Amino acid sequence: MSRNKFTHRRVFFYFLFSTSALVLLVTLFSIQVINDSYKLSAENNVIKAVTIYPERGYIFDRDGVLLVTNQRAYDLMVTPRQIKNLDTLALCDIIKINKEHFDKYLKRAKRYSSRKASLFLKEISKQTAAQLQERLYEFPGFYLQERTMREYPEKSAAHILGYVSQVPDYILKKDNYYKLKDNYGISGVESSYEKVLRGVQGIKYLVRDVWNKSKGSFADGKYDSLAVNGKDIELSIDIQLQKYAEQLMLNKKGSIVAIEPSTGEILSLVSSPYFDPNALIGRSRSPNFNRMYKDDNKPLFDRSLLAEYPPGSTFKLVNALIGLQEDVIFDGTRFKCDEGWRFSSKLKIGCHVHRSPLNLIESIEQSCNAYYCNTFRRIVEKYPTAEEGYENWRNHVLSFGLGKFLNNDLYNGRPGRVPTLDFYNRQYGKGGWKAPTVISLAIGQDALVVSPIQMANMCAAIANRGHYYTPHIVRKVDGLSLNDSTYTIAKLTSIDKKHFTTVVNGMERVFTGKHGTAKTARLKDIEICGKTGTAENPHGADHSIFIAFAPKDNPQIALAVYVENGGWGSTWAAPIASLMIEKYLTGKISNTKQEAFILNGNLMNTEDAKE
Amino acid sequence: MRKNKSVFANIDWFLVFIYLLMLLFGWLNIYSANYDEGTFDLFTMQAEPGKQLFWIGTSCIWLFFILLLDGKFYTTFSYFIYALMIFLLIGVLIVGKEIGGARSWYDLGNFSLQPSEFAKVGVLLALSKYLSQLNLTLDKLDTQIKALAIIGLPILLILLQPDAGSAIVFASLFLVLFREGIHVVYLAILGLAISLFVVTLKFEVNIAMIVTILFAGLFAYLLKKGKNSIKPALFSLILGLGFVQSVGYLYNDLLRPHHRNRIDLILGKIDDIHGAGYNLNQSKIAIGSGGVFGKGFLDGTQTKFNFVPEQSTDFIFCTIGEEWGFVGSLITIGLFMALLFRLIILAERQRSAFSRVYGYGVATILFTHFFINIAMTIGVMPVIGIPLPFFSYGGSSLWSFSILLFIFIKLDAYRMDILR
Ligand SMILES: [Zn+2]
Repeated sequence: MSRNKFTHRRVFFYFLFSTSALVLLVTLFSIQVINDSYKLSAENNVIKAVTIYPERGYIFDRDGVLLVTNQRAYDLMVTPRQIKNLDTLALCDIIKINKEHFDKYLKRAKRYSSRKASLFLKEISKQTAAQLQERLYEFPGFYLQERTMREYPEKSAAHILGYVSQVPDYILKKDNYYKLKDNYGISGVESSYEKVLRGVQGIKYLVRDVWNKSKGSFADGKYDSLAVNGKDIELSIDIQLQKYAEQLMLNKKGSIVAIEPSTGEILSLVSSPYFDPNALIGRSRSPNFNRMYKDDNKPLFDRSLLAEYPPGSTFKLVNALIGLQEDVIFDGTRFKCDEGWRFSSKLKIGCHVHRSPLNLIESIEQSCNAYYCNTFRRIVEKYPTAEEGYENWRNHVLSFGLGKFLNNDLYNGRPGRVPTLDFYNRQYGKGGWKAPTVISLAIGQDALVVSPIQMANMCAAIANRGHYYTPHIVRKVDGLSLNDSTYTIAKLTSIDKKHFTTVVNGMERVFTGKHGTAKTARLKDIEICGKTGTAENPHGADHSIFIAFAPKDNPQIALAVYVENGGWGSTWAAPIASLMIEKYLTGKISNTKQEAFILNGNLMNTEDAKE
Repeated sequence: MRKNKSVFANIDWFLVFIYLLMLLFGWLNIYSANYDEGTFDLFTMQAEPGKQLFWIGTSCIWLFFILLLDGKFYTTFSYFIYALMIFLLIGVLIVGKEIGGARSWYDLGNFSLQPSEFAKVGVLLALSKYLSQLNLTLDKLDTQIKALAIIGLPILLILLQPDAGSAIVFASLFLVLFREGIHVVYLAILGLAISLFVVTLKFEVNIAMIVTILFAGLFAYLLKKGKNSIKPALFSLILGLGFVQSVGYLYNDLLRPHHRNRIDLILGKIDDIHGAGYNLNQSKIAIGSGGVFGKGFLDGTQTKFNFVPEQSTDFIFCTIGEEWGFVGSLITIGLFMALLFRLIILAERQRSAFSRVYGYGVATILFTHFFINIAMTIGVMPVIGIPLPFFSYGGSSLWSFSILLFIFIKLDAYRMDILR
């Protein structure tokens, strides 16, 4: 208690606190109320993060022809808070919109944020942008953001290339890199190589004054980052061949897939109806997209990768090879054909009228159904149970790349279907089926389906006499070849090389034989090997199928052609395959009559689905 | 003696009310400093406003327990708590996490703990305990030394981290000794030392030495009436010269360049608004641009784009100044004045020396934080990173300030029970 005599010293504390508070208040009064320079400084310091968009990578074809490039476009951006003394009419006049739209767009921008810049009007023309740029100082709060749009000089290969659009919401949510309205590859190569093509965005922090003029970079650019341009890509596509294929498929539904057998590189990949990729850029994208989306012929659907058809008679080649490999047939094996194959009064597979019996080569040449029903039966019945025999057959089929995803660099794909044991056990009950039950597999029917690219690959495997390279579409990134073992290591089929000779000879006879199913499509100077097929179509005319490769020795191109509702394989698909081969190998066409027939052929329900 | 044993019996609601007002106003500004249109997750534990809400909630739990404990607890265990805090301060030097060149934090997984914040409570309890001994006077040298040692030990440990800001806060507890009767000369010496410090740095060591000699002469003249004036005058002259020299040494050789820059900037020796002055200049622009009424809640521009660093911790006053203007400054300073004056008034009405010393200590610590923090944001003081009590974001500081204050509220409520 003795120290209570110092109680008067509390006054010192009152004094200390009061004077300190006074010092602070006087200083604060001076900088907040009296001095205006800080207010100006604050306005001088409106900071704006400007995204530096990298240039998206170009895409070339295998010969260096430019397929995809960029064009400049300008977006008008707005930061609603920064709008001052706006002459609405003057601005509307320059950008050619009416007051009503103007109010709508501004409201939308405000709803997003009043402080952050957002899109006001997208992709305005170069002339308008130039006019606006000169007078931009009159419209504080508005600025032009340069961005790039894709451009497709060759007007071709839309399905392969895909398109670029605003980044979808689900990507925005999971990937921090993207901001609202950024470009994003939605399909095709643009999608599968998005990260390569897009580059890396840069950010520049600019300090701007009240008149929206840049006062240089913020904090000496300490927080800025440079944009890194996207890398260029070279595709394996031969754009001349691609465009020719598109011409051939005009007014037809279907697909052409051509592959270089020695590398697995895809030379052309056509899905028809197709469209000009330029239809999906800029402001015309959404009306065009909607129109095509509603089109009954489904131009947006990439048939070459996604359609799954029965392989039809082309599949007899595989059954012939399996039969040889399993030693159940040999070159000289002959089977009787009595306008088909009869198992019982109920079960019969018909055939066209021809001389009987035929040997293996002749059976390919004339596509005899009975021959393959017998062969398939022998293959399956070689084993004690149908299940074992079937499973063994199925494994051979799978080795041709059928019934599973190719796992390549394409944006899309389908596995197709080589029915499993389970599939048939479910359908017929375990032990409830035998080779004759599923005899349609012998001629590529039943539940067997494959995509056109799988068919082309199967053809390439035969062309290579027993192996294939996974089909792929990108050759080089940034000038460097892809040394991806997925594409450089050959995948072996389960068939020995020696068994291919007879089958390939048979395929040659399809063109050269007296009764060859594609003899009208034969080429004078090129040894082509092929096989017709017809896929039954319950909804209308059958689909016309053809696979072919050429030249017979050292093949340079293998392809599969599907023409929906084209009837017999020999009618449409075979001539198309032949024209493609001649075009690719020689660069010219000898049978111009046949070419004209194909080019003018129209198998579409509607008059003109292209554009 | 009243039989009212409620936890809230006799507590000073005025202090509690001011405390809650500060928490609310502080949180609003933290929210605003983090506010960025387009992000709506400010209430999660990933965002500062959400975390601060958690700290406020947990503080309230602490406070309830503090009020629940018997007032005797704090007097009984004060040395023990002090020892524990010293132990934590030693420990952090060994196992602490190094952030920005200082070992001031314990890393506890999701949270970090700053022991120097909590040490304030321990030091203040020990000082109160020591000074509350009957018949103790601060005239004696050994008493002075012991009292200073209680304060000095943690200062030493904190300087080793190093954390100059917290060290200054502890040093300010010297003012409590002044209230308890230490001779006014010490205060004068302290004042002179600070003046000399500034003079030395602002001008040259040589000029500061001349000033020192002049002061010593003045001192000798003033003491002439006394018995022996030569000895103390000479002593103070030598002490002063030594001090000036050591300040020069400290400044040139011990301070890190960025500290030196900050001091130079305040003293007007350098004028660089892009380098060291950048933070200060930006924080002044933010506060200055607020004007009289401010830009409005959430409408600040300067505190949103990271112009101002550490905008929700040490520089939270920038957001207040920008969005609430001079009115906001008045409110904030007014709240602190109300709090501090009330603390002194209550401290003086205590019957026990323990409670009184403690009350003064709380007032002194809060004042030091308040003054240095606001002064640095407006360029009156160099940038010394200490938080604004009850306003700044941060769990350790909010907890420790709350505990500090509520122990006093408990002691005050308990005052009637003492000596009965
Ligand atoms: Zn037949």
